[in-house]
Amino acid sequence: MKKPLVQIENISYQYEDQASFALDDVTMTIYEGEWLAIVGHNGSGKSTLAKLLNGLQFPKEGHITVCGIPLTEESVWDVRKLVGMVFQNPDNQFVGATVQDDVAFALENNGVPRDDMVQRVKTSLEKVKMESFLNQEPHNLSGGQKQRVAIAGVIALRPALIILDEATSMLDPRGREEVLHTVRELKSNHNMTVISITHDLEEAAKADRIIVMNKGKLYREGTPEEIFQMDEELIALGLDIPFPVKMSKLLKEKGIWIDKPYLSEKELVEELWTSHFNR
Amino acid sequence: MNKLILGRYFPGDSWIHQLDPRSKLLACIYFIFVLFLANNWQTYALLWIFTLLVMYLSGVSFKTYLRGVRPLIWLILFTVFLQVLFTSGGTIYVDWGPITISEFGLTNGVYIFCRFVMIVFVSTVVTLTTKPIDLTDGINSLLRPLRALKVPVDEFALMLSISLRFIPNLLDETQKVMDAQAARGTDFGEGSLVKQMKTLVPIFLPLFVSSLNRAEELANAMEVRGYQSGEKRSTFRRLTWQKRDTLCLIFMLALTAGLAFLRADGSILH
Repeated sequence: MKKPLVQIENISYQYEDQASFALDDVTMTIYEGEWLAIVGHNGSGKSTLAKLLNGLQFPKEGHITVCGIPLTEESVWDVRKLVGMVFQNPDNQFVGATVQDDVAFALENNGVPRDDMVQRVKTSLEKVKMESFLNQEPHNLSGGQKQRVAIAGVIALRPALIILDEATSMLDPRGREEVLHTVRELKSNHNMTVISITHDLEEAAKADRIIVMNKGKLYREGTPEEIFQMDEELIALGLDIPFPVKMSKLLKEKGIWIDKPYLSEKELVEELWTSHFNR
Repeated sequence: MNKLILGRYFPGDSWIHQLDPRSKLLACIYFIFVLFLANNWQTYALLWIFTLLVMYLSGVSFKTYLRGVRPLIWLILFTVFLQVLFTSGGTIYVDWGPITISEFGLTNGVYIFCRFVMIVFVSTVVTLTTKPIDLTDGINSLLRPLRALKVPVDEFALMLSISLRFIPNLLDETQKVMDAQAARGTDFGEGSLVKQMKTLVPIFLPLFVSSLNRAEELANAMEVRGYQSGEKRSTFRRLTWQKRDTLCLIFMLALTAGLAFLRADGSILH
């Protein structure tokens, strides 16, 4: 039923100067059209995984297949056309001198003819609602705006998969909301696949599926409901649980029975204000 | 930092602003060469008329140009004085060992002063009226013939545009590091020269390290977006040569002809 888009089979990776494996025998499948969140403490191998998916590094063992293409040194440039990536630091990934130059950068690299390029730059900036900033220079933009430009640069190439490598971690709450909203809209309008590598559990709670990484190994995989039920276990892994789950737990300790963990504040509020009538 | 006018861009919409960066660069370089044709007061007068006209056409206030010359004024005056003091010939006013103040020395001094100031003015016109990115494009386009000699012109242009784009970031970061070190008790600009040099180390080291990190992240971001050095790319920016650019170059030729005509011996070659 679900079509696999990326297949990762038994990959291991070790950085040269380190004794332990950054990734140790990881196997996972990413399906078409899903929003997958990968969470884990610092050094759990999340970012290494992202780099392997793009051929910035190659696994010591195992295979990666993206859209049917086995990822090797020869096919890496084809794979990069299919996988767009947004990094953490808004400044350090802004290559162009102005907004439109930055969006056009990837198109230039792929030899897209100029007329087509102008059109694609315009439409992708419209999609992230930055069309009025065409000639702005990066130092005049906020962090959230720069990340939206980075997303525009990615979607101009029309990739099958977007990887957000902690793309919102350096933003303020408003910038983060803006960026996630933009990606969510793009995803639903264009049936894209999104892998979001994140520390932000509220963000992970809205994913279709969560993968928990621990010490280079795939620790657990499941829906947000399933994952956040393992509350104590998550905290032991150096992670946290979203506020509504924490709240429900505290309420339970006070003797207020809430029958299932709610992942969003809205659901929890709904439960609380109707529970009085059900009693 | 804010006093520095050289290399800054003043947004505007003047005749000169709308010129193609290539014609501006070419005209500026050509002007510097042609300057040496002048050898009497008539030719210098012509050059002054031309310089002032160009400055007027740029629509930037005269004060701004004067601020551009200010940081260089001591260098200019130093050269002028050397000329005045060590050139002999014509009527000699003061004769004091190797130092002479002569008629030739004085006129030479004035000429050199004019040359310097005009070069600064005209090159300031170019930088004030051209966006750095357009300047990069212009340089890239002018260097293009060098590709035949296997000079990596595109890589050079990319490097230039990335460096320009990161200047504000690095300035910000320098300020942050300086503030952070000052908060920890470093005194800047105090004590002996050696001590002052030492206080610079805790600024330069972090800046250097962070530049390396920046470079790595940027390189990753570029590679992920499909950048391969030496590979054929298409270009988004495009320069357009307009009628006014041709006019600008014709103007330069007219200036050359005028100078040749007004020269003391009447010919271009000595």
